[in-house]
Amino acid sequence: MTELSLRLAVSLAQILTEMGIVMVTVATMTYFERKVLGWMQDRMGPMEVGPYGILQPVADGIKLFFKEDIVPAGANKAMFALAPMLTMVVSMIGFAVIPFGPNMTMDIFGLTIKPFVVADINIGILYILAIASIGAYGIILGGWASNSKYSLLGGLRAAAQVISYELNVGLAIVGVLLLAGSLSLVEITEAQAWHWFIWGARPDGFFPIHTQIFAFVVFIISAVAETNRIPFDLPEAESELVAGFFTEYSGMRFAFFVSAEYASMTLVSCVAASLFLGGWNAPYPGTIFEYVGLEQLAWVEHIAWFASKVYFFLFLFIWIRATLPRLRYDQLMRFGWKVMLPIALANIIITAITVYFFPRG
Amino acid sequence: MIEQVFFFYFACVIAAASVLVVAAHNPIYSALALLIMFFHVAGLFVTLHAEFLAAVQIIVYAGAILVLYLFVVMLLNLRHDDRYHRQWPMAAAVGVTLVIEAVILTAMKGWATPVVATGTETTVEGTSNAGTIGDVLYSTYLFPFEVASLILLVAMIGAIILAKKDLGEPTES
Repeated sequence: MTELSLRLAVSLAQILTEMGIVMVTVATMTYFERKVLGWMQDRMGPMEVGPYGILQPVADGIKLFFKEDIVPAGANKAMFALAPMLTMVVSMIGFAVIPFGPNMTMDIFGLTIKPFVVADINIGILYILAIASIGAYGIILGGWASNSKYSLLGGLRAAAQVISYELNVGLAIVGVLLLAGSLSLVEITEAQAWHWFIWGARPDGFFPIHTQIFAFVVFIISAVAETNRIPFDLPEAESELVAGFFTEYSGMRFAFFVSAEYASMTLVSCVAASLFLGGWNAPYPGTIFEYVGLEQLAWVEHIAWFASKVYFFLFLFIWIRATLPRLRYDQLMRFGWKVMLPIALANIIITAITVYFFPRG
Repeated sequence: MIEQVFFFYFACVIAAASVLVVAAHNPIYSALALLIMFFHVAGLFVTLHAEFLAAVQIIVYAGAILVLYLFVVMLLNLRHDDRYHRQWPMAAAVGVTLVIEAVILTAMKGWATPVVATGTETTVEGTSNAGTIGDVLYSTYLFPFEVASLILLVAMIGAIILAKKDLGEPTES
């Protein structure tokens, strides 16, 4: 029993560390997004709180924390309270299977643990898909429980959109799964070495016929749609639905919805980095630390690569937001079903054929 | 020991949530009880070391089908309807019969201790959970698998024809 409790304690410590990192990333993202958007639109962005407005997330957090918590009359109180929590929990627990660093083991108090992944389960990527599909509930319930027509419309739009684009996410990654021969994110990342799946990785080098670049594009576009970001932010389109499903939310509940959105952006960025861009692997064999004889510090470089890939995707999200106008609802559906879906299906067929004729070494 | 604790937890919640699904007056609560039930069924799969099935259970049932139910319920805005009130006598008769049957069967067989997988009997050397299912699906159960996909294809085409009522007719309006 002591081993079990020790294991629990170690896992809990890992989870807390990871949640801390994710929350810090979310806070950074709120600042980063306003700043980058500002620069792209030739503005300064937040400048008042701290040097270059760097303390703005703290000020925002304090403000939201002390705001009055308003529950609209006629709202379903239990569901109204449940929806933001559900959204937040769902966007946080997906990180459990993300490998942040190399697949090494460590001995702590006689236990063998993997320090850079909380749970290396053999169905890692399916777990992420399952979690992502649950994310729709928070939005639908929030929209319904508010007892407001804008919220309900936003919730319904979100339901239709998430179902449509989830399918494309699921189909886009099948090519990668065929190449890696595994569902575990750790094994998928390891299978890519320094030539990534986006270029068609094989143990013996690049193999352009296996390239997953089309799947990568489908995945990124569908991921933007699934996180309800511009240009796919129909569920919260402020010009038509006020704020969509969270029109009636204020204070910390509103903060929950917003941070959940940033957390799921971070999650899909992590997944995209692991699946297509080699996760913690550098774009060259091995690591620089190994060449200069510091093998025990190689993990620092791996984590730095992972973080820079994730931040590249997060920047891409903001870049798209600053560049593209919002789609109309019928355009969104037509694009999802008639453009993305056929590309994803064709990618599966072609990858399956090439993997059959040119199996990985 | 700990597996049994989890088994009874999942089993009790599944039973309670299933009752709630049919007993709740608000259709939204019914759907949410069904969601809780799906999660606990997935939990049962995990205790049986069938993680792949657990994930598929969540993705397909909770993530797609139930969202669609909720979508329809909200779109129609059903509220507190008295759906089952006229069916009470019938439901009671069927329920009592089933309970008596269950009691008789249990009395005849006696209580069997629940079998909990230890993870050794199902694991095939060298292949993963999903790999094993794929192997079986494309060898032993190839025919049922293909029949199922054919039925799904027919259902899909049927849905398209039902949705496009003017298919094959000259457009009038």
